[in-house]
Amino acid sequence: MLREITLGQYYPADSVIHKLDPRVKLVATLVYVVSLFLFKGVVGFAVITAFLVLAVKLSKVPFLYMIKGLKAIVILMILSALFNLVLTPGINPVFVLGPIKVYPEGVRMAVLMLIRLSYLIVGTSIMTLTTTPNQLTDGLETGLAPFSKIGVPVHAIAMMMSIALRFIPILIEETDLIMKAQMARGADFEKGNIIQKAKNMVPLLVPLFVSAFRRADDLAMAMEARCYTGGAGRTKMKPLRYGKADALAYIVLFAFLATVIVLRIFGY
Amino acid sequence: MSIIKAKDLVHEYIRRDEDGNVKMIQTAINHVDMDIEEGSFVAVLGHNGSGKSTFAKHINVLLSPTEGTVWVDGKDTSNPLFTYPIRRTAGMVFQNPDNQIIASVVEEDVGFGPENIGVPTDEIWTRVEESLKSVGMIKYRTHSPNKLSGGQKQRVAIAGVMAMEPKCIILDEPTAMLDPNGRKEVLAAVHELNKKKGVTVILITHYMEEVVDCDRVFVMDSGKLVMQGTPKEVFSKVEELKEHRLDVPQITLLAHELKEAGLDIPEGILTREELVEALCRLS
Repeated sequence: MLREITLGQYYPADSVIHKLDPRVKLVATLVYVVSLFLFKGVVGFAVITAFLVLAVKLSKVPFLYMIKGLKAIVILMILSALFNLVLTPGINPVFVLGPIKVYPEGVRMAVLMLIRLSYLIVGTSIMTLTTTPNQLTDGLETGLAPFSKIGVPVHAIAMMMSIALRFIPILIEETDLIMKAQMARGADFEKGNIIQKAKNMVPLLVPLFVSAFRRADDLAMAMEARCYTGGAGRTKMKPLRYGKADALAYIVLFAFLATVIVLRIFGY
Repeated sequence: MSIIKAKDLVHEYIRRDEDGNVKMIQTAINHVDMDIEEGSFVAVLGHNGSGKSTFAKHINVLLSPTEGTVWVDGKDTSNPLFTYPIRRTAGMVFQNPDNQIIASVVEEDVGFGPENIGVPTDEIWTRVEESLKSVGMIKYRTHSPNKLSGGQKQRVAIAGVMAMEPKCIILDEPTAMLDPNGRKEVLAAVHELNKKKGVTVILITHYMEEVVDCDRVFVMDSGKLVMQGTPKEVFSKVEELKEHRLDVPQITLLAHELKEAGLDIPEGILTREELVEALCRLS
């Protein structure tokens, strides 16, 4: 039952977007998110929609597969739309029910919020769907490298992320094993309400943590034995190199950002 | 020429209570002298708690001597300046195959060591390819380590050490968690490296069968070096080995019992062929 957990949910396909440098995709996601909060009018919205549709088409990931991600946040979306609808102040209410007054501004805000949230999820999921977790950490490490000058341990963070990704399946397997061992001795993980179930998990956590710490200790020793001393003086087996497609992607990206900003200034 | 030399080595694990007072001292290695020839294949035998793993960790500077000195390739391990040069000379493979693989792709894990010591990118690729070939794992270069068997994971770990081009490789019970097939795979790979590349191999183990093909065997018990010699010399002393709570290989034991029963066959028989030959010589 624990094996169903997937992380990073990479969707393997042979597309232009898959082949882009992970740094480009990180920047693109950032630009896209910023643009979502920048646009004001219908024209801006149309430009962003065009950009999103283009990205989805190019990524070769089925659109239905992508909007699966929306399911998880449906409740959040409905709630935030509802709050915006009811709590935005205005002048001429279009709908009154007791103390609840809905203004046209509220309707506008609610619709905007719905659009923003769903676009946010679909857009960012393009990045996680087309980039392997390893590429993502690599991209983060090189992309954030300037911050190491001001004392941010960028290399250490990236290393921790990639080790965590490597050990997730191992720890899941181990949890499964401990569960089975305890079930064999009469433990019941299925019975009772949610609180009861959570309580039943406690005896699972202790051996899991003990074993995780032991693994961490072993791994640290193995890394030291292989001359690991942190980021300084390290070379890369797979260094990130920008190609022609990446340059083109950057041009498209900044043209898009500029368009959105200009449209905002003119209020479209 | 000796590549590893230990002189009067003592290591104590000191356990302290909360105030920092010494609560207990456990002597894991007790005045050991050892000399390992370059290019040889040696085994260090001993049951649990004999100090064999502690000794192995001294060669890789994961532990420092409490007393005495260890030299690896002429370098004193207690000098902090030599820590990394020594770790490049002497690579180490550990017991648990899962807990020593760092990357999520086989070839990236093999490249981890060379990356750490600053090998240029192109050369990393050649080294990774070569060392994966030398352990027969080149087919799996793009696989995830999680999908490999225990023996395959250990071979990847060995390739990871080989990619750093060490003169010597220490294997700390590399087969303890493997099934018989995995055990054979790993040993075959290690023997091949020793023969073809001339890498010195130090195998820490408690499986007697793995020791038969070694050049030299060291037996440790309660932190002391109690026996040493060729496998033949060591295994001919069946009673002495039993005192150190070690068993001899089955064939050797059989030969020993036959001799005890009055047959005229030599001590220290290691393989089935040798026993057959010795038995045929009886008239």
